[in-house]
Amino acid sequence: MLFRRSFVRLAAAGAAVVASGSQPARAQQRTIRIATEGAYAPWNFTGPGGQLLGFEIDLANDLCRRMNARCTIVAQDWDGIIPGLTAGRYDAIMAGMNITDRRLEVINFSRVYAAGPHAFGTMPNSPLRNLPGAGRTLSFATEEAEIRALLDQIRPLLRGRTIGVQTATTNSAFLAQFFANAGATIREYRTTEEHDLDLAAGRLDAIFAAVTAMTATAEKPEFRGLAPSGPLLSGGILGRGVAVGLRKADTDLKAAFDAAIEAALADGTIRRLSERWFKTDISPRS
Amino acid sequence: MPQWLIDYWALMGFGPTGWGLSMLRAAGMTIAVSSAGFALGSVLGALAAWGRLSGSRIAAVISATYTTVIRGIPELLVIYLVFFGGAVVLGWIWRTFWDGEGFVSLPAFVAGFIAVGICNGAYQAEVFRGAFRTVARGEIEAAAAFGMPRALAFRRIVAPQVLRFALPGLGNCWQLCLKESALISVTGLVELLRQSFIGGRSTRDFFSFLLTGAALYLVITTVSSALFAAAERRALRGLKRA
Amino acid sequence: MIDAAFLLECFRTILPGVPTTLGLMALSVSVGFVFAVLLALARLSAIPPLDLVARAYVFVFRGTPLAIQMFLIYFGLAQFPWIRASILWPYLREPFWCAFLALMLNTAAYGSEIVRGGLLSVPHGQVEAARAAGMSGLLLFRRIVGPIALRNALPAYGNEIILMVKATSLASMVTLVEVTGLAARIISTTYRVFEAFAVAAVIYLAINFTLAGLVWVVERRLSPDHRPELDAAPDMRLVH
Repeated sequence: MLFRRSFVRLAAAGAAVVASGSQPARAQQRTIRIATEGAYAPWNFTGPGGQLLGFEIDLANDLCRRMNARCTIVAQDWDGIIPGLTAGRYDAIMAGMNITDRRLEVINFSRVYAAGPHAFGTMPNSPLRNLPGAGRTLSFATEEAEIRALLDQIRPLLRGRTIGVQTATTNSAFLAQFFANAGATIREYRTTEEHDLDLAAGRLDAIFAAVTAMTATAEKPEFRGLAPSGPLLSGGILGRGVAVGLRKADTDLKAAFDAAIEAALADGTIRRLSERWFKTDISPRS
Repeated sequence: MPQWLIDYWALMGFGPTGWGLSMLRAAGMTIAVSSAGFALGSVLGALAAWGRLSGSRIAAVISATYTTVIRGIPELLVIYLVFFGGAVVLGWIWRTFWDGEGFVSLPAFVAGFIAVGICNGAYQAEVFRGAFRTVARGEIEAAAAFGMPRALAFRRIVAPQVLRFALPGLGNCWQLCLKESALISVTGLVELLRQSFIGGRSTRDFFSFLLTGAALYLVITTVSSALFAAAERRALRGLKRA
Repeated sequence: MIDAAFLLECFRTILPGVPTTLGLMALSVSVGFVFAVLLALARLSAIPPLDLVARAYVFVFRGTPLAIQMFLIYFGLAQFPWIRASILWPYLREPFWCAFLALMLNTAAYGSEIVRGGLLSVPHGQVEAARAAGMSGLLLFRRIVGPIALRNALPAYGNEIILMVKATSLASMVTLVEVTGLAARIISTTYRVFEAFAVAAVIYLAINFTLAGLVWVVERRLSPDHRPELDAAPDMRLVH
């Protein structure tokens, strides 16, 4: 047979079973295919020999256990990850994806399972090493005016500089909104790993990325010294936190994921996984 | 042994942390997806060539449009179309005509070989068309004069000769197919290019991985062109060289 | 359900990529042609080391995918500190020049075979006649061998140019913003596939038909005596 048919079978009782978490397996196990990028350490990445590793891989397995589902995790390039979901190639996305209005037009999200700030990242010799606002953590939700004032200070400094960002992300949307006319060259990369490499090679003066990913990258010897520059930002155009991406029609699956994430937050699993992979707790505050 | 060779072997060997097996598996995938794509290309190419030569105006226009459009746009674009658009179209057909529910999804392998097949078919069509032209009119007429039915004449007289004359061109198409298959890496299929890239990213040693990947491609192209050359010699035996 | 407004938006987004696509193509085809001629001359030089080097070059570049060559140049070379310290780095750090280098080296390999075929196709009698008339060296090449070889190689070279237009799409893989890259960006941000594809396809077809037409005109001009054979409409033939 040429193509694989996949019906997302959702037992009506599924969500209830998940919520209680402890009941023995009932009915038939559902199969959930989860897509991840496999190139976004430490969220999700590809280890030697090609196996998928990272925070989201561990979390996905934990959530699936709670949902009493059989899960297969597949790697899918970032730029095709949402079309792949809507086309039914898989049933869920766990790839460090933030909830945004733009994405909500096309897909739905579970409740947030992680949240972290975003920032410019530079190597020690970069001319953008000391952007104003260093050490401050600001959210568009509550401190938008302050952020805008800071960005106005940063804008002239970027003139003539080259900034790298992953394509089709909240980060690229942020740069497009605030720095499109700053006289800087904005290069879009298919993966963050690629812009990290170009930053270390000196092709880029800065990147704009999630601080969690930046911190993990800085631990590798070739990227020693990679650090955020300027303020750490979150909220608004940078998204409302990382969640499982789901098709709009799959409301039962959303209910199941919501319940499982709730349980994993409640019993400290997400905090534990977060501390293992990020060395800090990035479980959502709300 | 020089140090770089020891390092290289540790990286690309077959030990627990070596990438050798992954690379070979990926090379196998490249061969598999190229072969499937080439086979589909042969079917599409033969159909398109037949369309051009059939005498039917509609068939000729469809075939000419197919070969011209596909040869005029980048393969990468066709791959994006099939990968992203294929599932949308299939899902729609499935839901509309079979009253199905859920989704019909196209695995990366299938999307990949369909895209490569569509691209390659356009080139194979030209090869088949050119080969058909070299079959002497007189032989077909002679067959007809013998009272041989057209289908039989095609099977006994035309097809074997077309295949024989098409072989060198088909060899070129196969090479094209192999190299185009590298672009399927954008769909996430772990073939040789993608595996080289994954290894390069993961170990920060792109150079070793990409060079190894390139060497494996060279091995595949060299072996397959030798096979085609042998097939050509066999097919053309007894034929006088001009 | 054709959404005209969205199609127009796609067109507006993708069109700015055309200069990059064309510039990359024109530059790599022209520099690649010079390199191709040198390679073809090396192959025909009957000097064994030169012939061998050119042969090996063509073998390697035709036997491996362009994508892997481009990645090798962009990511592979950049990993060596001594390259980043070299005088080439100001060029190699730019994605445009990396893409150019890969495309140029690649087309030179294919082009050299076409040029070699063209040179081999020059009838020996014509060369002898020119020699008898006292021509030699550069003059002979400029007046007799060059034009005839060019005329014979032009159809195949025209094809190579079209293949190069298509090949520039790979530059999107090394962050260059050209037609295919912009189309892919629309797909990944709007999640709509067909409109961006259609617009990009139309742009490529327009470029390639124009180029095929130009080649056809040049071909006719170069060969007044061969006009009857060339009256057929321009056709994009297979060369590789």
